[in-house]
Amino acid sequence: MTATSPTLVEAMPVGARLTGFIDHLRMNQFKIGPSETRDVVRHLATTPVATLGDARRELKILLSSGHEDWQRFDDLFEAYWIAKGRRREFVHKDGPRDSRSHVSGHAVWREHFDAGPESADQPGVEQPGDTEIDGDAPGRLIASDQTVRMRTDLRHFTDPREIAEAEQLAYRLTRAMRYRLSRRYRRATGGTRIDLRRTIRANLSHGGDPLTLVRKAKPDRPVRITVLLDVSGSMKAYSRFFLQFVKGMVCHWIDTDAYLFHTKLMRVTDVVRERDALKAMTNLSLMADGFGGGTKLGASLARFNTDYAKRTLNSRSVVIILSDGYDTGPAATLARELAQLKRRAPRLIWLNPLLGWRHYQPVTAAMEAALPYIDHFAAANTLESLAAIEHDLARL
Amino acid sequence: MTEALDIAARLREVGYIADENLAIALRFSIDLGRPLLLEGEAGVGKTEVARALAEVLETRLIRLQCYEGLDANNAIYEWNYQRQLLAIKASEREETSASAVESRIFSEDYLLKRPLLEAISQTQAPVLLIDEIDRADEEFEAYLLEILSDFQITVPELGTISAVSIPHVVLTSNGTRELSDALRRRCLYTYVEFPSLERELEILISRVPGIEYALAEQIARFVQGLRQEDLEKVPGIAETLDWAAALVGMDLAGLDHDVERIRASMICLLKTAADQKAVTAEVVGRLVGKAA
Repeated sequence: MTATSPTLVEAMPVGARLTGFIDHLRMNQFKIGPSETRDVVRHLATTPVATLGDARRELKILLSSGHEDWQRFDDLFEAYWIAKGRRREFVHKDGPRDSRSHVSGHAVWREHFDAGPESADQPGVEQPGDTEIDGDAPGRLIASDQTVRMRTDLRHFTDPREIAEAEQLAYRLTRAMRYRLSRRYRRATGGTRIDLRRTIRANLSHGGDPLTLVRKAKPDRPVRITVLLDVSGSMKAYSRFFLQFVKGMVCHWIDTDAYLFHTKLMRVTDVVRERDALKAMTNLSLMADGFGGGTKLGASLARFNTDYAKRTLNSRSVVIILSDGYDTGPAATLARELAQLKRRAPRLIWLNPLLGWRHYQPVTAAMEAALPYIDHFAAANTLESLAAIEHDLARL
Repeated sequence: MTEALDIAARLREVGYIADENLAIALRFSIDLGRPLLLEGEAGVGKTEVARALAEVLETRLIRLQCYEGLDANNAIYEWNYQRQLLAIKASEREETSASAVESRIFSEDYLLKRPLLEAISQTQAPVLLIDEIDRADEEFEAYLLEILSDFQITVPELGTISAVSIPHVVLTSNGTRELSDALRRRCLYTYVEFPSLERELEILISRVPGIEYALAEQIARFVQGLRQEDLEKVPGIAETLDWAAALVGMDLAGLDHDVERIRASMICLLKTAADQKAVTAEVVGRLVGKAA
């Protein structure tokens, strides 16, 4: 393995580097257990690896467990094993090795825990012009200067009282949307009715005497919620409680999927689901690269439609878009993508903070194009106005 | 690495052109005895892998097609009640004790083996294909866990049946539902991409009898171009093969002759009304221009 690439650090034994790599993957939401690690070690012990490309491919197959992992693996691999561009100074490099699994021990993290907002220009965060890939950092890949500026803003959002309030509200709303009546019966232990067909089938072995009864009930079919949150510049004032709101939804509701978009769209469900609120918000800020920029509603929805819609939406889906409808892309694109989205999602809710303003008319071209596809269009400029839609959601 | 190349080469002999990732994944799956989970768009040849693997290993392919509502009775085993009842009726005339009858009718003779039990009771390890696992219910995934990690099945009346040989398991998923982490953890994962131009060309030449190299190259380029278009259902390899066979049947020497006929033949490639409308004669002309 040491011969795989000239840029590998020769001095470090491969075993330690490998556990470091697996740690690095785990930090990036890979789910790797001891048995995978064992397989990797066993494999490397028995097979000589010819090239770096082969090693990457083999580790990719052994360690990734889903399409997202699969797509991100190459970047993570390069970031860890190949020092591209400037090697970053690492302060805790000679400290004890196991300190790296401890979150606050990281240079990337430490700055969020110890320092105040003015620490944005501290070393350890890339300056403009650097490549974002670093040599030995087990932390996250990208931290551009743009996100650093925003990080301070986002951290404001973690006031515990407000979080609790927004989360409570999100919980109430999701509960209001919860049930959808189903006409079909499903097999269920302790169901209200007897499933005659299955009972007969199950009692063939008793010669047809119904000794064991199979029951059925109308299943509880929870709705599946997909939230798309606009974090562009025009929404800046509102992102604060919307982020909390989204976090509340995701944490309280199993079947929720959350996405942020501005000019790009990214899935943040796993990040938001993190139990530690501070860590979740820090992760979010790291992901919100280009946060506060322009909006490309149409393009973001297009990405959602092509990459995620098929997997996440079903006939019980509710799609919630939180956006002010200020779009820099053409309105026709937005209309087309909404039509596409509407085909998969039976219910589409658009929460627009501007609607809470007096005399506001949805006159932006984008909003006008979007209106025909929206089932429920409501104001959302304060927590109170969000609470007010609970009643309407229950009726949908 | 030699083994991976070996598997790729042997797959090629039976007409399956695997990309490098897939060849390595198959080798790992065989070496480590772990199931292989394949995801990817419909039509990239996930199911076909299992068929080709069975042919390479010269063994049986046992296929379990998943669907909503698939339960243990249909996937693992079921008692043959009709035969059991007949046996009881028949034994009423004889002077056999109740326990003797019981032990007879709960023997393996009266057990209907469904694909999963069948797969673990073969003397030569078969290839077990669990197709479209995402269509099955989550409860069924839980059944699979015991089988995939320990390769044993518990039948209450008979006891635990352990695997005679460990089957090579291939699971496929189209991603209509997220699979549980527990299942993912037990499998090796590979995402199968649409084939590259070279691979698609190779597939065309090996699978379509009597195709000219020039035509095959044009077809491969054309389909690669078509995949870049904004389509609802992107054509897979099976569609390309159908289309190539159709073009060979139409006696076309090249794509650049008759755009209207080519467009008519594209019913093999485009499977929704919207796509057929979206790909107009101009689009076909442009793609043909690029491909030629």
